[in-house]
Amino acid sequence: MTPKPTTGPGPEAEYREFLRAGRFMIQRSAATGRHVFYPRVAAPGTGMEDLEWVAASGLGTIYSITVNRARAGSYNIALVELDEGPRLLTRIEGVETAPIGTRVKARIAAIDGEPAVVFDVVPPAGAA
Amino acid sequence: MSGAGLRGRTAIVGIGGAGWGEAPGRSAIELLAEASLAAIADAGLGLADIDGLCAATSTHAFPTLSVAEYLGLKPHFFDGTNIGGASFEIHLLQAALALDAGICSAVLICYGSNQRTAGGRLVSMSEPQWHEAPYKPRHPITAYALAARRHMHEYGTTRAMLADIAVAARQWANLNPAAFAQGPLTREDVLNARMVSDPLTTRDCCLVTDGGAACVIVRADRARSLKQKPAYLLGVGGAHSHRSIAQMQDLTRTVAVESGARAFAMAGLKAADADLVMLYDAFTITTLLFLEDLGFCPKGEGGRYVADGAIGPGGRLAVNTSGGGLSCVHPGMYGLFLILEAVTQLRGQAGARQLRKCDVALCHGNGGTLSSQVTAVLGGAATV
Repeated sequence: MTPKPTTGPGPEAEYREFLRAGRFMIQRSAATGRHVFYPRVAAPGTGMEDLEWVAASGLGTIYSITVNRARAGSYNIALVELDEGPRLLTRIEGVETAPIGTRVKARIAAIDGEPAVVFDVVPPAGAA
Repeated sequence: MSGAGLRGRTAIVGIGGAGWGEAPGRSAIELLAEASLAAIADAGLGLADIDGLCAATSTHAFPTLSVAEYLGLKPHFFDGTNIGGASFEIHLLQAALALDAGICSAVLICYGSNQRTAGGRLVSMSEPQWHEAPYKPRHPITAYALAARRHMHEYGTTRAMLADIAVAARQWANLNPAAFAQGPLTREDVLNARMVSDPLTTRDCCLVTDGGAACVIVRADRARSLKQKPAYLLGVGGAHSHRSIAQMQDLTRTVAVESGARAFAMAGLKAADADLVMLYDAFTITTLLFLEDLGFCPKGEGGRYVADGAIGPGGRLAVNTSGGGLSCVHPGMYGLFLILEAVTQLRGQAGARQLRKCDVALCHGNGGTLSSQVTAVLGGAATV
């Protein structure tokens, strides 16, 4: 057995580097077209090492949401399903909470000094 | 592939507990050791008879090493698998395999924690997931709240339905002198309690207590000559689905669907055969999900199924007769306490809460954030 040589940073570090550059990137399997988040070295289930970086559309829908009630202040935590398929844990900014099914759009914000993907509610079409 | 060869080959012959509720001044390993010695004595065995050890705790990186050293055990077989609260149900499978293979002859399964008096908050060694950590989810309630909210959205489940699960647990606890939370609890009390993570209030959440628990399992032929009525292991099966809640495919459907099917297949039984149903109630929503996923009611109907006392004393299904994690005891990882109540009921030693008929008892453990699911089916002499 010869250990596989590795060159450069792995997908987790690459993802963070994209965020620092202001880009929300996710992975997509070249063979199946299936999107993957969080970033990995291979597509889960198939093990195919054909994941390539693509820009996320940033559009998604709230799959579920809760408000963490803390003495220091309350904040929501949501699962957002990206239009590409994968879900991520995140926050919906600018609102206390929002109904499941609400359309949201990604934005990169600083949380504790580090860039992280958060979401804003997309105003319904026709709204001012 | 059902593993039916293991059916009834082993039995739980000893159970013990220590310091349930508050045990000020006692450490986790002290509680674990006292429960273990009680379980071994309950079986009519001595420490020297124990040659297998399964343990998982909230505070020990190498639990079997810590326990073996503390008690002075030299196990031939040991397993420290930690999949959260369901660890002890999968320990039953590991122990049964080792016993059946002749690797050892008596396995101690044990747990202990002093997390109530040591700090009063849930203690967990679960590490934050890097892609979730920035948003500061609270482990584990955020995940369960997200599941509850989604279930309400898809199936019209209400907070009042969830509250009825906490009320039923309390009614059982009021019949159990060992239960930590006693006294009246109404649906309104649950609904009006402090909101922790919408839609779950403090009364939708399990207790944080101290407590130790242990059981001893041996081969069935030997079990019959020991002093307690054996609780035979008829079936056990497990399943994993995810580590982080964002990776759970459907938040209203756990892989208890799979673990239950595996356990029932090994046991040659079905949900309707269970006289007692012990479900890991970390939160009210978990009882509801497991009733659905294990086949006691159709998917989405859990809320309507539990309403108005249906799972309390005198209801249509005996669920969590100890009072559960919600009202009896919950020292961080609760899975072993499910087994202790099942064995107590199968023996007919449950006092005021004793079921009139209890030949088959189901124990369903849950770990992580709905992540690991393990179902075990235990039976009395009538089942083998």
